[in-house]
Amino acid sequence: MYKIVRKEILNPSVKLMEIEAPYVAKKAEPGQFIIFRIDEAGERIPLTIADFNREKGTVTIIFQEVGKTTKRLGQLAEGDEILDFVGPLGVASHFEGLKKVAVIGGGLGTAIAYPQAKKLHSLGIEVDTIIGFRTQDLIILEDEMAVVSDRLIVATDDGSNGHQGFVTDMLDKCIADGADYDLVIAIGPIIMMKMVSQLTKKYGIKTIVSMNPVMVDGTGMCGGCRITVDGEIKFACVDGPDFDGHLVDFDEAMRRQMMYQFEESEQKETHHCQGKEASNA
Amino acid sequence: MPKQSLRNMSKTKVVMPEQAPNVRNQNFLEVSLGYTEEMAIEEAKRCLQCKAKPCVGGCPINVWIPEFIKLVAAGDFKGAYDKIKETNNLPAVCGRVCPQESQCEKFCVRARRGEAVGIGRLERFVADWNLANRQVQPEPVPSNGKKVAVIGSGPAGLSCAADLAKLGYQVTIFEAFHVPGGVLMYGIPEFRLPKDLVQKEIDAVKQLGVTIKTNMVIGKVLSLDELTAEGYEVIFIGSGAGLPSFMNIPGENLNGVYSANEFLTRINLMKAYQFPKTDTPVKVGKRVAVIGGGNVAMDAARSAKRLGAEEVYIVYRRSEEEMPARLEEVHHAQEEGIIFKMLTNPTRIIGTEDGWIKALECVEMSLTEADESGRRRPVVKTGSEHQFEVDTVVVAIGQSPNPLIKATTSGLDTHAWGGIIVEEETGASSLAGVYAGGDAVTGAATVILAMGAGKKSAKAIDDYLQSQVSSSRI
Repeated sequence: MYKIVRKEILNPSVKLMEIEAPYVAKKAEPGQFIIFRIDEAGERIPLTIADFNREKGTVTIIFQEVGKTTKRLGQLAEGDEILDFVGPLGVASHFEGLKKVAVIGGGLGTAIAYPQAKKLHSLGIEVDTIIGFRTQDLIILEDEMAVVSDRLIVATDDGSNGHQGFVTDMLDKCIADGADYDLVIAIGPIIMMKMVSQLTKKYGIKTIVSMNPVMVDGTGMCGGCRITVDGEIKFACVDGPDFDGHLVDFDEAMRRQMMYQFEESEQKETHHCQGKEASNA
Repeated sequence: MPKQSLRNMSKTKVVMPEQAPNVRNQNFLEVSLGYTEEMAIEEAKRCLQCKAKPCVGGCPINVWIPEFIKLVAAGDFKGAYDKIKETNNLPAVCGRVCPQESQCEKFCVRARRGEAVGIGRLERFVADWNLANRQVQPEPVPSNGKKVAVIGSGPAGLSCAADLAKLGYQVTIFEAFHVPGGVLMYGIPEFRLPKDLVQKEIDAVKQLGVTIKTNMVIGKVLSLDELTAEGYEVIFIGSGAGLPSFMNIPGENLNGVYSANEFLTRINLMKAYQFPKTDTPVKVGKRVAVIGGGNVAMDAARSAKRLGAEEVYIVYRRSEEEMPARLEEVHHAQEEGIIFKMLTNPTRIIGTEDGWIKALECVEMSLTEADESGRRRPVVKTGSEHQFEVDTVVVAIGQSPNPLIKATTSGLDTHAWGGIIVEEETGASSLAGVYAGGDAVTGAATVILAMGAGKKSAKAIDDYLQSQVSSSRI
């Protein structure tokens, strides 16, 4: 069992939890992920490691409540325990020989971009961070990002806070203004990572994206998370989740993400009804 | 009573009751229902108790077959169980999933004129009888203080761990999944091997003093060096062959294409057949094609049928004669309405505009004369391209060893295809104090061969550690 030692509500649908998992905390590096399962009937869900504390033996996860499992996780309180928490999985990100990097976080992707920015910053690499949200209420980790960035740009689609527009607009402007990035790291919805990759390809700037396909085991034994990179099949759980954004087949990845859309909506319905019953009781 | 009446000279086995095909293909309950006490005694009387005991030689772990069968014939099921347990740590599993027809039963003297004695069925009966009627608490073995780490809790790891625990070693199994059992839990379906039964067999191994740590992906959470640093003097790798092969044909990433590993893991381990009572979904369309001819393909096809598919096809590039699946499983599948498309090879999966499977494009094959390896090679019949409509495809063309441990362990020699290179008789790898066995060494094989390898290594590990003790005393 893995204990929830801290819980924070970051925005109406995004929550942070610090989980006691000493083995995971000891080895975790930015770019890696964990798989959790709440209880016996639960499914295995991957989440990227948002932070870790080797001394305390804890791992921080940040998740958006999008379906049955994440909603149920969100209802748990500090002191509660979850049944399974396995990791660190996937390949850690590599930052050797970099001078200036742009870190792009879209929505919840900001939580995954945070440990990357933090690590880059700690290595003395110049970090420009651009984080984008639909609207002001959804902004997360602004203060944390500010601490680990040389320059932080916050964008909202509707302009309710910070710059109005998409992260790609901000990145384009930075590059046009002469920012000489040797790497762009883009983490967020697939469509956003696709747009960033298309933009940087034009400029010939190497771009790393963090893929988040459907997973089951997370150890390379089923291939449910397979994506096409440069024409070859890769398993995101063991070969990634970081890949060269200029080589990923994003359209295929978007399509594969929709595979269980129907079942997920059915789950949400069931969950909703159960919630109602519980509150009536 | 005259002694002669003890023998049953029937040429055929006592029939084992099973669920009717059209009932069982709607549920996940076990197909074969097992012998009653009377049936078991009757079948046991078919054993001639021959002196040569060729059956024992056919068993990879040399179970005392005539001895236990004699006890069954006498109605001493407790004694029969203890006899089997002397060599076999998982009898309820072996009695169900071993390919007896190519092992113990193949050599049975009775098979020369009629059917072999139902050795597997009797082993299964004895194990089930024991689980239902006895609470066995094994005698605690005094610890010798030596720590051994076992990676993987499948048949190889469980068997190695149990044998070492019986010798007094402190054994810890590290399992990547959230439950132990390996392929017994995620691969073989409930209708062939009930999971609560596997759990009971695993509990029996734990009662020997074996510790099982789940959620421990060795190679990620801990390296082999770190295990050594934690005081484990020997490491046994039984990590299996969990890397799925794909066909590398166009359309393999369309929605609705599964590896058999993913399909079966969702169903067996995550209990997707109980969705939405359980949270893991699985997508099964109306028409399902399973590619391959092994046991895994049969399991996938029969599972698909039980999940409501109207038509399920086995698509295999050779003929029925060459299928590596157990004959019994092939028969069960046929009875349940699985359609066999033999000498057929997929060339392309065709998708709809929004990326879902629409059809499978195949060619027909014919078999050449046997080559020097004795295998008849399939060749494409020209002009035989055809398509048939399917909405789910399960690829069951084999697995190779998972590369995770190899990738994170320097000095561990492996074959190009991923199998760990070991000394045949001991399972010793290229690294001192590191042993390996089961599918991690051989590639996908059988449960019983993995168990045999685990036992062999347990013996070799004991010899190794004993010799270390004596040499350190000199």
